[in-house]
Amino acid sequence: MSKKQLMLGNDAVAQGLYDAGVCVASSYPGTPSTEVTETLAEFRDIYTEWAPNEKVAFEVAFGASLGGVRSFCAMKHVGLNVAADPLFTMSYTGVGAGLVVVVADDPGMHSSQNEQDSRHYAIASKVPMLEPSDSRECYEYAKAAFEISERFDTPVLLRLCTRVSHSQSLVETTGRGAVTPKMYARDLAKYVMMPGNAKRRHPIVENRTRALIEYAETSPLNSLELGECRELGIICSGTAYQYVREVLGEGASVLKLGLVNPLPEKLIRDFADAVDSLIVIEELDPVIENHVKTLGIECHGKDMFPLCDEFSQNLVARILDSAPHTGSMRTSTPTDIVAIDAPIPARPPVMCAGCPHRGMFYTLSKNKVRVFGDIGCYTLGAAAPLAAIDTTLCMGASVTTLHGYTHAQAFGDGDDVKTACVIGDSTFMHSGVTGLINTAYNGGASTVIILDNSITGMTGHQQNPTTGLDIHGDPAGKIDLEALCRAIGITRVRVVDPYNLAECEAAVTEETAADELSVIISRRPCALLKTVKAKPPLTVNAEKCVKCKACMKIGCPAISMTDDGAVIDDTLCVGCGVCAQLCKFGALEVQA
Amino acid sequence: MTTKNIMIVGVGGQGSLLASRVLGNLLLGEGFDVKVSEVHGMSQRGGSVVTYVRYGDKVYSPIVDEGQADFIISFEPLEAARWLSYLAPNGKIITNTQQVDPMPVITGAAQYPDDIVGKMRAAGADVDAFDALSVATQAGSGKAVNIALLGRASRYFEFSDGAWTNALESTVPPRFIEMNKKAFELGKNA
Repeated sequence: MSKKQLMLGNDAVAQGLYDAGVCVASSYPGTPSTEVTETLAEFRDIYTEWAPNEKVAFEVAFGASLGGVRSFCAMKHVGLNVAADPLFTMSYTGVGAGLVVVVADDPGMHSSQNEQDSRHYAIASKVPMLEPSDSRECYEYAKAAFEISERFDTPVLLRLCTRVSHSQSLVETTGRGAVTPKMYARDLAKYVMMPGNAKRRHPIVENRTRALIEYAETSPLNSLELGECRELGIICSGTAYQYVREVLGEGASVLKLGLVNPLPEKLIRDFADAVDSLIVIEELDPVIENHVKTLGIECHGKDMFPLCDEFSQNLVARILDSAPHTGSMRTSTPTDIVAIDAPIPARPPVMCAGCPHRGMFYTLSKNKVRVFGDIGCYTLGAAAPLAAIDTTLCMGASVTTLHGYTHAQAFGDGDDVKTACVIGDSTFMHSGVTGLINTAYNGGASTVIILDNSITGMTGHQQNPTTGLDIHGDPAGKIDLEALCRAIGITRVRVVDPYNLAECEAAVTEETAADELSVIISRRPCALLKTVKAKPPLTVNAEKCVKCKACMKIGCPAISMTDDGAVIDDTLCVGCGVCAQLCKFGALEVQA
Repeated sequence: MTTKNIMIVGVGGQGSLLASRVLGNLLLGEGFDVKVSEVHGMSQRGGSVVTYVRYGDKVYSPIVDEGQADFIISFEPLEAARWLSYLAPNGKIITNTQQVDPMPVITGAAQYPDDIVGKMRAAGADVDAFDALSVATQAGSGKAVNIALLGRASRYFEFSDGAWTNALESTVPPRFIEMNKKAFELGKNA
């Protein structure tokens, strides 16, 4: 046993996977899952990669599993929507060597566009799902997941959430075990899922679920923790368990479920028999609660606890306090809450000083273009003062939404507002390119702006197929965006520097006016990249500044307006010079 | 002992993650059960960020809730005020006085409150305010605000200088360690 270390949940998962002998990992980044694969990539004796999307990654992991080694794939909850297709049929084929998939939910939507509960996928695809509640369990469950995968011949989902992924707690690690690859075994009836074979596989899946329920009854992943208090029993899993223990202490009777699909039956009945009343405490949807009720057992759950947002110890305490049936388990909630006597302005996230997206968004906003947006840092272009984006749905949806919107215009009076869509380089590779092919194939006349900042930005700088570097930062294949767009059959492809507003203006006015499909590649690396050298900060010539606030239109966090004129924060300014192009009086001076 | 709660609040990009990791390693070294909850992703882009550090004999929840923070270590006065309701009845705020305007203030849609430190004290909070940016700059880099703040906060903890030094050395990259040690010392004595 090594000494105890403080580890991030995601790092503990990576260490657990590694110690369990994982050999191949393929993922697409997505908060809060990203660090699992980043940490795995530090082990240079295994193969890791960034794939262009989650479906690709999952299938790569499947291939490696067939090839005989333990394999892995990580994604955020919405990534599993993209990878759902292989998931459902992989449930039928089973695996070669163990295959584990991390899916990280984001209750509270710290960094996501919805709050979906990925446990529904485990139920729908009939695949086991484990849910750790802290870093120690992240480590242990990652190892257990591989064992379950091989024992029951199934991919295994490891469900994380933001508070588990991004919290550090103590972990003891054991070191990497011996790796013995299996031989590839040709088995057409198992791996060729045409109807005749799939028909024979489905009953195998149902039998496997029965075996897994049997396993769930006695698995150490589920623990029946009977305390002194038997008036009330709590059933919970994951981070909710930690809030429950925080509030009720060791005396409470708790059934903690680490295997959240399939759920046990006898174990729940035994627990229900041992306590006077039951409450299921789970974030998001009533998955455990519905199961308990299906067993014919009375329980409380979403009649008391919210469906929306993440929980906390105060929320659990407050709700248990107000419940009539919590008996002697009353707790106290804090008092003495203080606030200052003034409104507190919000501090929303913003595009960084020097962000290359800013120049293009300013141009779109200035020209009153209706813009369909996508998922990435540039979603922040929807915020004031730029307010340059009308929609954001999911990865790749900018290109397709614009195409559909354009066709709707033929049926109404419409308006003559120019339209365009914006999509980042990584998101374009993820699923934008298929939409672009659709537009080209069906003769659409969209203006597609690829905001190429040469990195996957929002998730913290991961390489992608357009950057020419692999997950380790080593040279790799590089997709040429211009050549790709031309190969699709688009002749109007042009590259602009978003730091040059005149170039952006010309491209946007000409391409939105064009009666055919065009692509503008707005290219400039992310200002936060280590390889990008900042220029000296701009200075304000106070004598020339007339306080017209033209420089404030771009929403740069480095510029503020005082009674004495514009002020530039030289700790933030990277000298991009976009603001200087807006100043008619030459008050913002670029340093040589 | 009962679990102690620390919050580190600030603006995305100011270095709160490193500060929380120094604290985590310090508390681990002192033999406590420790949990640290961080913020990654979208909120890091210049938004309001909060990191929770909890320690004691046995820590369950990874987060600190309203009315529970024994210490709020703040990189920016407005952020201290934003999280004021999280302060425990006898809690203490250690805040940098450097003002960073949020976008609604920059665009003129909102006003930055004046004399935030005074207002927090008027609301009953125990506040230790100092210019951590000057201290950090004096130590060699404005980026060391996080460690200067920890130095100042160290006055209110019962941990030895050696324990803090060990935590710094095991967390901060070697090439920045001397500068950060200096920032810690200057912060402590500021």
